[in-house]
Amino acid sequence: MSPQLEVQLIAAVVAAGCAIPGVFLVLRRMAMMSDAISHTVLLGIVLGFFLTGSLDSPLLMLGAVLTGVLTVSLVELLQRTGLVKEDSAIGLVFPALFSIAVILISRFAGNVHLDTHIVLAGELAFAPFERFELFGIDWGARALVTGAAILLLNLVLVLVFYKELKLATFDAALAATLGFAPALLHYGLMTVVSLTAVGAFDAVGSVLVIALMIVPPATAYLLTDRLPRMLGFSMLIGIASAQTGYWLAQALDGSIAGAMATMTGVFFGLALLFAPQRGLIAAALRHGRQRWEFAQQMLTLHLLNHEGTPDATEENRAVTLAQHLRWQADFAAQVVRRAEAAGLVRHDSGLLTLTDSGRQHAQQAFVRG
Amino acid sequence: MQHAIDVTDLTVAYQDKPVLWDVDVSMPPGVLMAVVGPNGAGKTTMIKAILGLVRPAAGQTLIYGKPYREQRKAVGYVPQRGSVDWDFPTTVLDVVLMGRYGSLGWFRQPGKHERAQALAALEKVGMAQFASRQISQLSGGQQQRVFLARALVQDAQVYFMDEPFVGVDAVTERAIVGLLQELRAAGKTVVVVHHDLQTVPEYFDWVTLLNVQKIASGPVAEVFTEENLRRTYGGRVAFLSRDDGTGSGPALVLPTPAKQSSAFTD
Repeated sequence: MSPQLEVQLIAAVVAAGCAIPGVFLVLRRMAMMSDAISHTVLLGIVLGFFLTGSLDSPLLMLGAVLTGVLTVSLVELLQRTGLVKEDSAIGLVFPALFSIAVILISRFAGNVHLDTHIVLAGELAFAPFERFELFGIDWGARALVTGAAILLLNLVLVLVFYKELKLATFDAALAATLGFAPALLHYGLMTVVSLTAVGAFDAVGSVLVIALMIVPPATAYLLTDRLPRMLGFSMLIGIASAQTGYWLAQALDGSIAGAMATMTGVFFGLALLFAPQRGLIAAALRHGRQRWEFAQQMLTLHLLNHEGTPDATEENRAVTLAQHLRWQADFAAQVVRRAEAAGLVRHDSGLLTLTDSGRQHAQQAFVRG
Repeated sequence: MQHAIDVTDLTVAYQDKPVLWDVDVSMPPGVLMAVVGPNGAGKTTMIKAILGLVRPAAGQTLIYGKPYREQRKAVGYVPQRGSVDWDFPTTVLDVVLMGRYGSLGWFRQPGKHERAQALAALEKVGMAQFASRQISQLSGGQQQRVFLARALVQDAQVYFMDEPFVGVDAVTERAIVGLLQELRAAGKTVVVVHHDLQTVPEYFDWVTLLNVQKIASGPVAEVFTEENLRRTYGGRVAFLSRDDGTGSGPALVLPTPAKQSSAFTD
């Protein structure tokens, strides 16, 4: 496999793997927790490195997962004092743990391949050169093997615990009364987030980990209102971001991780604008349509109220309409034009009369109200 | 007779502020009980303590003589409507299906049988045509009906409902009351956190008056008295005696205009 292809494959499996726990983080409104965890796991890696003296030991992974869970516990501990809110608690805990890791690295690990720049941005371009060999066989780039393992693990976990995760996320109290231990699921999810973060950031850096965990699920959330589809879309959007990000990086000759993170943002922006139901454009169109519908309803209602009364010739005139309904003259003229086109009113020498369907239209307003 | 619910010496404190002080409540099976009291009286907390959602500082709660842990399948719970995120990406049917999760246990997925049960429950609350609707498109009253349907599929013996009448229209309120009466007719026991004192005698046959301590608990005709209400709400309600013809004789209760009391508005 060519290194270029391998880089894209690594990015794709990492993106898909990150999206799965990310969906639940987004739905639990815990997006910032991914930010915290993906930084603090560094402390676990550093401490694991000091203990074992090696960067390849599985103890590093374990240390990272433990610090991830520690981060969540500390945040919740602070929050439970009632003195700080969750976002502040996250903001207090993660810089503390992260900075300890940075100091430790700069002071004691200056000579090893463990530098803070790589932690933040990763070095995807070099990932294919670190191989994973077992029983004398080259199984592929180390990052690819780790990424695939994490993707597989997350897929299995979400399939096995789908019902439990959904319930605990939607209604933790019901989950607790039914005996589903939401706290256990919560920490289980946080463990998975930590594991995913540490496995992924080795290859792509912590910034891309956050982007891949949060942005594709947030994008998918705009596109669907079914959880299974949200999971699927998130993975696909993550993969698409990784792929297009890679091409962007090639074109710009820039950082691959940076380009991929940018592309997650581009996809989110597109969904924000063009999502069929929740997108801004769909909402604006809907709003515009409702404005005209409402105006027409008002017009027909006004005509109905004064129909057959002595002041009808005064009230139901196209010219005086704007004045009576406090509309702008050209807006009123346009409402009349549209209502006429829709067959709701007739316009005879300045006098407006309702058609039968216009009368029905007006009566609907009462029904709806 | 075996009590459906036994609460003895229940004390719950948040930090060191007591929310419930030494509360004793027992109720027989097959009754509808309202739990009333001013804001912060511990009504929700009492339900949560019985359901094991908050840890009591002292005392115990039993359902049919056993701790809640052993009775999970006998208990249905309708939390406050506002306690969940109605923008969650799921459908009405799926939310109702969650009521079956307890019987399914870990790992087993709901199948055709559960789906049929959920649909039947939706039918009962008049929401069958909304089964595949996204839950964010529901009105408040419809959300409440969905929650009720979810409790119905639990097929429990004892139901706890936290403010099911808040923010629902008159039609839905009637429908809910009808369901409660059906449950009672089927021998179920229902505990409802309730706010509208005026409808207590009409809807319920038992009532617990709570204000951190238990003021009174028993059949409405016996304990829903002016004196007990005054003790529960402190002088914040005025009373107009009215014989409602049932012979139970409790008062029609109105808030004093000077202090549009919070007991009525929250």
